[in-house]
Amino acid sequence: MSASQAAEGLSIVLTGSGGAGVMTAGQTLLEAATSCGLYGLMTRSTGPQIRGGEAAAMLRLSTKPVQCPDDKFDILLALDFENVQRFAAELPLDSRSVIVADPSAGEMPAFLKASGAQVGYVEMKKLAKTVAGGRISMVALGALAHVVGLPESAIVEAVAASLGRKKPEAVKASEDAVRLGAVNAPALAVPKLRISTARPAGRWSFTGNEATGFGVLKGGVKFVAGYPITPATEILEWLAHTIPQCGGELLQAEDELASINMIIGASFGGKPAMTATAGPGLSLMTEALGLAVASETPVVVVDVMRSGPSTGIATKSEQSDLNIAVYGLHGDAPHVVVAPLSISDCLFTAQWSVHLAESLQTPVVMLSDQSLGQARVVVDRPQDVTFDTKRLTPVDPIEVYERYALTESGVSPMSLPGMAGGQYTADGLTHNARGTPSSQAQDHVAQMDKRRRKIDRFDFGEHWAEIEGDGDLAIVTWGSSTAPVREAVARAREEGISVRIIALRLISPPQPKLFEAALKGVRRALVIEQSHSGQLWRYLRAHYDMAAEIVSIPQPGPLPIRPGEALAYIRKGAQA
Amino acid sequence: MNMIQTQPHAYKPADYKSAVKPVWCPGCGDHSVLVSFQRAMAELALPPEQVAVVSGIGCSSRLPAYTNCYGFHGVHGRSLALATGLKVARPDITVIVASGDGDGFSIGGNHFLHACRRNVDLTYIVMDNRIYGMTKGQPSPTTEPDWDTAISPGGTGVSPFNPLVIALASGANFIARGFTGDVGSCARLIVEAVRTPGFSFVQLLSPCVTFRDDQQKEWKKVTHEAMVPETDDPGRAARRLMSDDGFNLGILFRGHRAPYQPKPLADLDVARLEAEFAL
Ligand SMILES: Cc1ncc(C[n+]2csc(CCOP(=O)(O)OP(=O)(O)O)c2C)c(N)n1
Ligand code: SF4
Ligand SMILES: [Mg+2]
Repeated sequence: MSASQAAEGLSIVLTGSGGAGVMTAGQTLLEAATSCGLYGLMTRSTGPQIRGGEAAAMLRLSTKPVQCPDDKFDILLALDFENVQRFAAELPLDSRSVIVADPSAGEMPAFLKASGAQVGYVEMKKLAKTVAGGRISMVALGALAHVVGLPESAIVEAVAASLGRKKPEAVKASEDAVRLGAVNAPALAVPKLRISTARPAGRWSFTGNEATGFGVLKGGVKFVAGYPITPATEILEWLAHTIPQCGGELLQAEDELASINMIIGASFGGKPAMTATAGPGLSLMTEALGLAVASETPVVVVDVMRSGPSTGIATKSEQSDLNIAVYGLHGDAPHVVVAPLSISDCLFTAQWSVHLAESLQTPVVMLSDQSLGQARVVVDRPQDVTFDTKRLTPVDPIEVYERYALTESGVSPMSLPGMAGGQYTADGLTHNARGTPSSQAQDHVAQMDKRRRKIDRFDFGEHWAEIEGDGDLAIVTWGSSTAPVREAVARAREEGISVRIIALRLISPPQPKLFEAALKGVRRALVIEQSHSGQLWRYLRAHYDMAAEIVSIPQPGPLPIRPGEALAYIRKGAQA
Repeated sequence: MNMIQTQPHAYKPADYKSAVKPVWCPGCGDHSVLVSFQRAMAELALPPEQVAVVSGIGCSSRLPAYTNCYGFHGVHGRSLALATGLKVARPDITVIVASGDGDGFSIGGNHFLHACRRNVDLTYIVMDNRIYGMTKGQPSPTTEPDWDTAISPGGTGVSPFNPLVIALASGANFIARGFTGDVGSCARLIVEAVRTPGFSFVQLLSPCVTFRDDQQKEWKKVTHEAMVPETDDPGRAARRLMSDDGFNLGILFRGHRAPYQPKPLADLDVARLEAEFAL
């Protein structure tokens, strides 16, 4: 590639030790690129230290919307080399990549040398010292902007916006540092980003966790309880300051046993309710999830999955909670499990989750994950979606009331405290239609049938999956694996390989008829997912009759599935 | 605080009783708790649909279905969490929690601490029989160390704890003890507990006639009205409760802590929050 070429997109990683300001610099770079008309994505990676420690801000900037990291990084900007080898597996580079570093940073780590990447130096430390209040990260950003073709002014404005207009000296210092970096930038053969001068209208920037929070509020949630856990806490933190503005409350519970029971109580009181957690918390919640099933109390539980089992890698993604979400409850406990198909789809899927829970009076588990929740994207403003969400309540005045009446749909009118004549006791004990505890076989079966029926008969509509393309090769995937698979499918098409993609948003209940239709004419289906044991593949085998040859491609976390990896599977799958 | 308007309608205890027949053994103290509850509600003249009774699992926790109020019979040990969610979401409803010594102090012990600390306006009635009745006679955190059971032959050898002291230390705003041998007094304690804002803890000594056949007669003898009037001084209450023989009946502490009730700031259109994301 020659430097004069324009790039559709570039992947850039900024690394440095604690206090170097890597995350802020990454955030500034994303903001600057956004102001120049680009879309983008930023994910973070940090070492095990609680505070400080080495960090990597991984960005992908593009003229087209992007929802996942690319195959490799075009540019690595190292503020220093401290512990950067810790990120080796997360930072694919090759001989077309470039490394921008400080000559005083010392010996370059082996994995960087081995990549064969071109290296350019800027005296970041030295130059920063020549400006009063100048920061190394600002010099670095100036150099980087020059290398990728972003105007210095865009960086300076982004810094000013983040510092606030109140600190003119700090802004001035940054401006000078950025300029110095740009002037002293190394000459490197990197294609320049294709930018526009006007800031595009109608773009949003959010993380998957923030989008999830917004989604549940749009769905009508008025009560949230939760216990902090990585990587779900940001959902709670975002909701803590927003839900009180929308007529609701958030409580920090003493543990996840409390959070799930609190939301069941609030929902029993008539307020749509949710909690957010990760695998360890979901494990604690399973008993009460069964209570929500049996008592037919709607709740939404968002599990932002991380590498497990046990504490696993708390900061890294994996799609390995499918089993517990689907099968974790004791007894026969039909409920709903869904998964957002991209970072921005967290918004839609969270809103849909509330709709499903309220309509079906059952718990809905939404399986997001760290790679969705903690990544920030810049996207076009998502379309507004409205559901006609209404919990079925009895007609006033209530004459003879049966809370668990055996209706045809399986959904029974649910009275709320305060409604005269609607009193009943919600119960986890097997009960009859009135709600009275019963150990009679016919009551047990009738109520189980009813709870199964309401979920089986529900029309989940077109949202159950996103299906694109045709051909006799298909990829079946779900959740966060969808974005890299989609990119791989697009690339495969350019190579003349036609591939169908079936990305499941609705995991449970299974949709055998729809799935069969989606797989029609498919000779071979690859099941791509981020788990070690092929949890989706096993689930599909258990619930669907599939005429096609099914190939399981499980790839455990913590490393993301990259589009190029998915493409390699497709190429292989396309062979006879 | 329960700001429910007293209806012109006069309620009778029977208005709070459901048609469901209790599973309790004849003579079980819990029958008296149910009667006390009904009397208290009638005295408070709360419309049954404005009251929710929340419980966990145990003989004692079967109470909600026997009332004509809204009820939630949840899972073992979590009634306080469920009730907290309900009360915070629906402050207009009077929420009463029914529990046992195993449900409330063992499996639900952590929630007990935090419910006291949080001080949501709940009335927490623990029917303490110093045994796990429902699972047929295992020791609980209030069982005497030498009480012989199949799972603890010769006794646990572990001292029981004093839940009233824990409630005080954790911030409960109202602490009382009653004995089901005196239904009128128990009803009065429940009335006062509901009337007192914040978290009110009422321990009702409720004999298990099946697995603790020593209790009923003995407790009649040893229980006694508290010698000194109720106090609002936590220091004084602490001294009293620490030297308490476990059979001192009455209101033992009533404080002035404001209940926890987060209030929504506004009721804006959710769509306006998109300003958080728009560039
Ligand atoms: C998670 C769980 N563990 C154990 C049990 C079994 N169990 C049911 S009731 C109970 C003890 C109840 O004791 P207590 O709360 O004192 O009630 P009592 O029956 O004495 O009124 C136990 C251990 C259960 N239902 N759930
Ligand atoms: S076992 Fe004991 S506590 Fe349970 S109902 Fe019988 S007497 Fe009451
Ligand atoms: Mg007991």
